[in-house]
Amino acid sequence: MADVNRGNRPLSPHMTVYRLPLTAKLSILHRITGVGMVLAAILIVWWFVAAVYSPEYFATADWLLTSWLGTLVMTGSLWALWYHFCNGIRHLVWDAGRSFDLAVTERNNWIILGASVVLTVLTLIIA
Amino acid sequence: MVELALPKNSQIRVGKTWPKPAGATNLRTFRIYRWNPDDAQNPQVDTYFVDMDSCGPMVLDALIKIKNEIDPTLTFRRSCREGICGSCAMNIDGHNTLACIFGMDEVKGDVKIYPLPHMPVVKDLVPDLTHFYAQHASIMPWLETTSNTPAKEWRQSIEDREKLDGLYECVMCACCSTSCPSYWWNGDRYLGPAALLHAYRWIIDSRDEATGERLDALHDPFKLYRCHTIMNCTKTCPKGLNPAKAIAEIKKKMVERVL
Repeated sequence: MADVNRGNRPLSPHMTVYRLPLTAKLSILHRITGVGMVLAAILIVWWFVAAVYSPEYFATADWLLTSWLGTLVMTGSLWALWYHFCNGIRHLVWDAGRSFDLAVTERNNWIILGASVVLTVLTLIIA
Repeated sequence: MVELALPKNSQIRVGKTWPKPAGATNLRTFRIYRWNPDDAQNPQVDTYFVDMDSCGPMVLDALIKIKNEIDPTLTFRRSCREGICGSCAMNIDGHNTLACIFGMDEVKGDVKIYPLPHMPVVKDLVPDLTHFYAQHASIMPWLETTSNTPAKEWRQSIEDREKLDGLYECVMCACCSTSCPSYWWNGDRYLGPAALLHAYRWIIDSRDEATGERLDALHDPFKLYRCHTIMNCTKTCPKGLNPAKAIAEIKKKMVERVL
């Protein structure tokens, strides 16, 4: 389209000056948790593969995944799963053209965050 | 493409601190983005002090006062001073709004002013909106009809007219589009919230007879579907409109017509 680069014009600042609203932060968090869960899934598959491979290899993999670091990563992934799930439902509602009112959106931010934490804790208690 | 860092020629330097006005006791600090096309320097942020006892309440009042009394080279667009022309759109205190209807009492601490984000800068707070306007033109912002022109006007029921409420009020200030991360990364191909809100305004106009063509034109992975419902557009709109909802309604129409 039109040439917008006349005279070596600078690009105005964006990420560094824009104060992202919570809704926007949760939006990028949806993307991050989505990618994060793929990495967690690879770890879990690796754990299964190790079990098939040999008892020694499984012991190593199991040690790593149940170490404090592994527990932290898996708990984080569990929360990522629940967050992505809750926010996914919100996207379905949005796709139906509903809950676009600003006040409703900002209330739902907290509902989704709260629900993801509660579901994570419940899963940890039950499992 | 996502490019988090600014290009080399756009990185911001520390600028000049202008002298405080003599005898003023109620000072407010302004940090304002400056770029002059006539020297070969990078942009900078200048610091100004404004006497609040002799200044109007809006950010635009302070900008005009700075231009009149401190630094006549400070460049910005303004016209109506009542939020109807959309000229003074800029980034104030981390979000996009119109300087003329945004009160300084809504800002805590220093008032930081930048041009609309991720746009080519013409000078200081003036962005180049050429591409933004071209995108608006591309959605055919006019009534398209094939029927014979009626003897008087194209009639519309009160209910159909009401469907345009919340859409026709848009003043094309570009606050929404330049608040949108998707527009930052893909603004060359993604139409952005402003153009899409206008597209929807014509799609649902009961008098328009080109709805199918309008939807065809938007059926594109980039033009429409780079909207990920980040909601910055709705949050920042100085007119209180809801571009995110308008975009969702277009997406719904896309589905409805193939069902």
